[in-house]
Amino acid sequence: MSIIAPSNTEELIQAYVDSQLGPEDIARIEKLITNDPALAQKIKDYQNQNALMHELYDPIQNEPIPTHFNDIYAENKNNRYWIKAVASIALFLLGSVTGWFIKDYNTKTYLNVVNLPQSATQAHMVYVPEVKHPVEVNADQEQHLIKWLSKRLGKSIKAPKLDSFGFQLVGGRLLPSDTGPAAQFMYENLTGNRLTLFVRTRSDAEQNTAFHYYKEKQMNAFYWIDGNLGYVIVGNLNRSDLLDTANTIYEQLSL
Amino acid sequence: MKNKAWEKKLKDQTPGLRRYARALTQDATASDDLVQDCLTRAWEKRDSWAEGSNLRAWLFSIMHNLFINNTRRQKLHQNHVTSATTDTIHHSHSDTMLDLEKCLAKLKPETREILLLAGLENLSYKEIAVITESPVGTVMSRLSRGREELRNLMSDSQKPKLVSIK
Repeated sequence: MSIIAPSNTEELIQAYVDSQLGPEDIARIEKLITNDPALAQKIKDYQNQNALMHELYDPIQNEPIPTHFNDIYAENKNNRYWIKAVASIALFLLGSVTGWFIKDYNTKTYLNVVNLPQSATQAHMVYVPEVKHPVEVNADQEQHLIKWLSKRLGKSIKAPKLDSFGFQLVGGRLLPSDTGPAAQFMYENLTGNRLTLFVRTRSDAEQNTAFHYYKEKQMNAFYWIDGNLGYVIVGNLNRSDLLDTANTIYEQLSL
Repeated sequence: MKNKAWEKKLKDQTPGLRRYARALTQDATASDDLVQDCLTRAWEKRDSWAEGSNLRAWLFSIMHNLFINNTRRQKLHQNHVTSATTDTIHHSHSDTMLDLEKCLAKLKPETREILLLAGLENLSYKEIAVITESPVGTVMSRLSRGREELRNLMSDSQKPKLVSIK
């Protein structure tokens, strides 16, 4: 513990309580204490605060660590940096090319697409914390869910499989959006981490795009327009893992 | 440092970070989110960490930034925060410990942070100054005001409750 030189009595008191004083200052304050019962009581109370904090919170150090903390180090196991590097370069080029071709469209086009990830992340924030009613229709009625949402969106849609990432379909719901009805599919892994896929119809101004990254609060999202639909995958995954899921969804839905 | 060594270093720090985060957030779920975010940041930035410097202090700095951002965001949703602070009652704890917990929850997050860094984590004032990005003098004056506030709250909560009669 490093030693500090207090510049007034208050600092002397705090540093004494936290054992951050040199021998001379310790002698100084202990002399003050013997002549001042109120000061002695105050110091005793402060020391008691520290002791109680330890009593209260030290046991937490012996609690088991949540298993999902292991996901933090996942990159360790599969050193796929170079694949990710190649993928991001490819996406960058795709984005640049797309950017070149859509550069003449007015800014309204761009703003419309920007609305898409915002609607999706807002819906994600509203429904993901739900414990009892995260979805309107459960995954055990997937056929019905797909038929219903396709009918409301006026386009044939599917719920992609994300099992290879450890995520299973929980179900889905119908939502409003700036272009009319939208669908939200929710996925969950074993540790309760949830992803949502938001799908709505394309507005007239929107063109096909590559994957775009969007971040709001602690959520990462990738969005893209493909055919008549706009898609957003949102979740608390790191950017590269989420991009992998976006690729998988894109591959499954464009076939 | 190799990835394996990094993973081990961070895992060794995890129990300590969880103790601090629980005391800081006063909420089991929020605290594990905070620790997970903190470790993720550290893991992502491991290459930029100067070997030989104080890993624990670095982790506390990351945690400080995450916590400040969170509390800033939560100020927009005050209702959720106040309702979330009630679920940390531990059984088998003495009344004084429960009092301390309740009173800590009443402090401003910034004040609670300083009290915990000094009293629970036993960090030096210089380290706390670096972690919270404030001068040592500010750390010490916040500490002295915070401890006195906590002391008053504790003595209030130990007095018998007055029943108001209408």
